[in-house]
Amino acid sequence: MRPWAEAAFTALEAAGVRQAAYVPDAGLDALIARCRAAETVTAVALTSEEEGIALAAGAWLGGARAVVMMQSSGVGNCVNMLSLVRVCRFPLLMLVTMRGQWAEANPWQLPMGRIAADVLELAGVAVVPLRTAAEAEETVAAAATMAFEGSAAVAVVVDQRLLGAKRFARAS
Amino acid sequence: MSGALDRRRVVARLLAERGEALVIAGLGSPAWDAAAAGDHALTFPLWGAMGGAVPMALGLALARPERRVIALTGDGEMLMGLGALATVAAAAPANLAVVVLDNERYGETGGQQSHTARGVELAAVARAAGFAAAATVAAEADLAAAIATVLGAPGPVMAVFKIAPGTAPPALPPRDGTWLKHRFRQALLGRIEG
Repeated sequence: MRPWAEAAFTALEAAGVRQAAYVPDAGLDALIARCRAAETVTAVALTSEEEGIALAAGAWLGGARAVVMMQSSGVGNCVNMLSLVRVCRFPLLMLVTMRGQWAEANPWQLPMGRIAADVLELAGVAVVPLRTAAEAEETVAAAATMAFEGSAAVAVVVDQRLLGAKRFARAS
Repeated sequence: MSGALDRRRVVARLLAERGEALVIAGLGSPAWDAAAAGDHALTFPLWGAMGGAVPMALGLALARPERRVIALTGDGEMLMGLGALATVAAAAPANLAVVVLDNERYGETGGQQSHTARGVELAAVARAAGFAAAATVAAEADLAAAIATVLGAPGPVMAVFKIAPGTAPPALPPRDGTWLKHRFRQALLGRIEG
């Protein structure tokens, strides 16, 4: 089976996504590399996630479709900027990779991991879960349709179980 | 020390010469200044989303590389989004200009001092981030050259205008964001959806 990141990229490209903004996450590594290598996509590295929300709105004003990619902890940084999306009804496609959800060994990841999906919903972003690689292309394609044809704010939230939990070496 | 330039005159002159440029005007006084210069379909004023003007202009600049894009903002908003200067510099859009109206104050909340009143130099931050050019403009005599840079020099560029503190007469842009979005896209792209 294709890795989820490859399937997700296929769906993004087919949906006409031309800008991919991101703050890196280990779970996004392959997808970021795929976007950076693609001629059809301009990859934009952000210093903080809320920049990506504003960037996607600007891209839409200019006739381009964007995806904003981040780790679940970054959702908290986006909250006020999501008011721009809500008040102007900008299409928004987010791809959020989870921490603090499955076999998480870093307790500092647990608070945002527990509330990321609820925060998104509260801020007006519909959460579309992605749990298996087999459903990745279909799920991202469905979310892109909702965003760009349905003028909705949508986040594909990728399970930590699919990504594989980060391991921390024990001191010996 | 705060500046002496008249914010409305700076913005009116810049926008009078804008040509085909697309403008994102940041929340508060910069958006009011743009409105005072004349409501324009290709000026998108923000009433909130503080810190959003520069990254929004970046997305627009990357989408329309053939058009000049101007982020018109104030010192307060620019300070909230300093990281965006690193993001812009790394993306290196040749068509993007950031204009900061710096009165060293949070004008919409009572005129409290901002960090630029305490020595932070935004143009120096932009230069250190890697902007192609960034200058602080305090004298009327330097306006023409600064505006020419904003409108034409290879970007990303920044011009920080040291403006006088104090309030300008009220001038408010339309506040329905969805309508502003549709109007902008209709004028630029000839369509609203898709």
